Amino acid sequence: MRKAACRRFSLGLSAERPSGASAWRFILASALWACVSVAQAATHTVALVSLQDDARYQSRRLERQYPGHPAGRLVQAVQLGVSDAEVGLRAAGQTLKVLEATASSAADLGKVLQQLKADRVAYWVLDLPEAQWAQALQAAGNSALLFNASAASDALRGSACAAMLFHSYPSQAMFSDALAQYLAARTWRNALVLQGPEVADLRMGEAWQRAAKRYGIKTVDSKAFKLSGDPRERDLANPRLLTNDRQHDVVAVMDADGEFARTLPYATQQPRPVVGANGLVALAWHPQWERNGGPQVNRRFVRMAQRPMVGQDWAAWVAVKSVAALLSEHGKASLPEQARLLRSGQVFVDGAKGPRLSYRSWDGQLRQPLFLSHVDGVVATAPLDGVLHPVEVLDTLGVDEKESACKTKP
Amino acid sequence: MHSLQASHATANRLRALTAALVLAFAGGAQAQSVYVSSEKDNKVMVFDAAGKLQSKIDVCKRPRHMMFSADQTKIYVCCGDSNQLGVVDRASGKMVDTVPLADSPEIFDLSPDGKVAYVSIEDDSVLAAYDLATKKPLFQVKTGGEPEGVLVTRDGKWAYVTSEEANVVHVVDLSKKKIVKDIKVGNRPRRFAASPDGSEIWVSNELSANVSVIDVKTQTVKGTVPFEIKGMRANDITPVGVVMTRDGKTAWVSLGRANHVAEVDVATRKVRRTVLAGKRAWGLALSKDDKTLYVANGLSDDMTLVDTQEGKAIRTVASGRVPHTPLVGP
Repeated sequence: MRKAACRRFSLGLSAERPSGASAWRFILASALWACVSVAQAATHTVALVSLQDDARYQSRRLERQYPGHPAGRLVQAVQLGVSDAEVGLRAAGQTLKVLEATASSAADLGKVLQQLKADRVAYWVLDLPEAQWAQALQAAGNSALLFNASAASDALRGSACAAMLFHSYPSQAMFSDALAQYLAARTWRNALVLQGPEVADLRMGEAWQRAAKRYGIKTVDSKAFKLSGDPRERDLANPRLLTNDRQHDVVAVMDADGEFARTLPYATQQPRPVVGANGLVALAWHPQWERNGGPQVNRRFVRMAQRPMVGQDWAAWVAVKSVAALLSEHGKASLPEQARLLRSGQVFVDGAKGPRLSYRSWDGQLRQPLFLSHVDGVVATAPLDGVLHPVEVLDTLGVDEKESACKTKP
Repeated sequence: MHSLQASHATANRLRALTAALVLAFAGGAQAQSVYVSSEKDNKVMVFDAAGKLQSKIDVCKRPRHMMFSADQTKIYVCCGDSNQLGVVDRASGKMVDTVPLADSPEIFDLSPDGKVAYVSIEDDSVLAAYDLATKKPLFQVKTGGEPEGVLVTRDGKWAYVTSEEANVVHVVDLSKKKIVKDIKVGNRPRRFAASPDGSEIWVSNELSANVSVIDVKTQTVKGTVPFEIKGMRANDITPVGVVMTRDGKTAWVSLGRANHVAEVDVATRKVRRTVLAGKRAWGLALSKDDKTLYVANGLSDDMTLVDTQEGKAIRTVASGRVPHTPLVGP
């Protein structure tokens, strides 16, 4: 009897169910375990919400592999999280399964989100372009716990925050603080800022200015760069002309896209390190992190995804681990109750970055160390040794309680 | 010139006196050797009881946990990068044999007769058993992610295994070759120590800043030992190594990032005192008389000798790159 149930169950799951233009696929971490779950355990679903035509994942774009950008879709990271959580949840009588909720386009997203809501899927890992966030938050309301696995936007943690929204991916402010802490620790205190023209570049620049002020890094000059086909603007993309002055210790490049920044290291007029979007970059994860169980996580991920793990993958993995931590301790609590528990800072996750991690009460951001990295490895971790905070040193990265513009609470 | 020589002689005398005192603290008349595996040198360092370097033994790649063979003539050393159990002959001071293991082995324990090694295999998430005579794998038991600590009970019937990912201790029935119970403990459980009477098993929870005490009879957690250090936050206290004295009255726990070791009263589960060691104190071993605690400091690349009576660090010695496990033998 149980065997038959298993078979029906796995058949039902493996079948593709086309729903409009969106493709639904269920993935099971372990078919065997699914059978057991039919018999005894409560099964919860984690949905990975994304867009099929997301520009970040166009194949030519992915080939570039700019530092800090996603290296591939996050589904394997979510799967790894589920597979890692399996045994721990077994003791609590719970199981997790993964649902890929991929909308074919932005226009199709609304339907996909409504379906998730109708199916009472409680945990959503969101991997969406910035333009789609408002729609997703509105659609979800209080019906699901949301985890942001790839957007660094400070606004999402500030004025546009939501009660049920948690961020396992670090914010732009956190990345900038990590970098500024490092420069301060090395007493590289004078920065030449090369500022890009796009909106995302400007936000990166704003976060950098905030961090630089906090840690006493002086902007000796700020110059605009621009990649342009116009011959009159050719100088604006010339690394040597842009870096001709001598008064700076580092070149901080604010390039959210990454194309211009890639041309800078070792190409400056003065022998100065490049930081920001290339050279020394603050990252959520690095495939060469060799402490705190990092190599094991990296190897497990490579086995699953056939590519190295980057920050967005790490954030998706940790989001699922957060769900697992909630379920193993508070599986019976309602969703708003679970959101309050996460925001209480008393639910801990192990992110293989050293300390145990928890979510901030004021904006739902996961407090976490960041890696100061170059293409080859990790130079240092932030918070840097010697940086102090009255309550929690990890809160020296990003927006602290008193500065937070997030007023929504679960 | 004259006075310089005089002070030099005094310094020498003082040094000799200190060394003698250290020796007296460290092990009395009985000669002991302290072996320390050095992860990044692929060597086992051999010290005398006072922490003076005697020799270095070339072993397999990334040596970590070590144990003596039943007759104490050999040392088994688990090599995480070359996936081997190295066999070191103590008399000749050479690695004489290797047993092939699965991918990324870390900690192991031996069956009571010393014939079988039970090894945690981090990358495959299994507990793997090997016959040491035939060098053949016997069986594997699937565990939660990143298994680490392994402890085989003295009757040889059960193995306890921590899973760092799943936050549980698996109870493995070695005859049935399967997990019979998951005991939920703290966050990122690492290593074990058993009380001498076998009634309690202590498990360090690296990310919960405590130790769980498992009652062996009921296979449940019957208590926890929280660690606090004045001026430090819970996040900075990451317990990993645990050892118990032979009388079962005292446990020593290394506190990782807190750079301290804690002395715990086993009966009351209260911390008596903490002692400053080196950076990222992990591996622990006690001298035969329990008077000296050897602490391997993974990030300062040294070993601290702690006088357990006085509760003071008496000496710190360089011990290769990333020292992992100290092992004290006659």
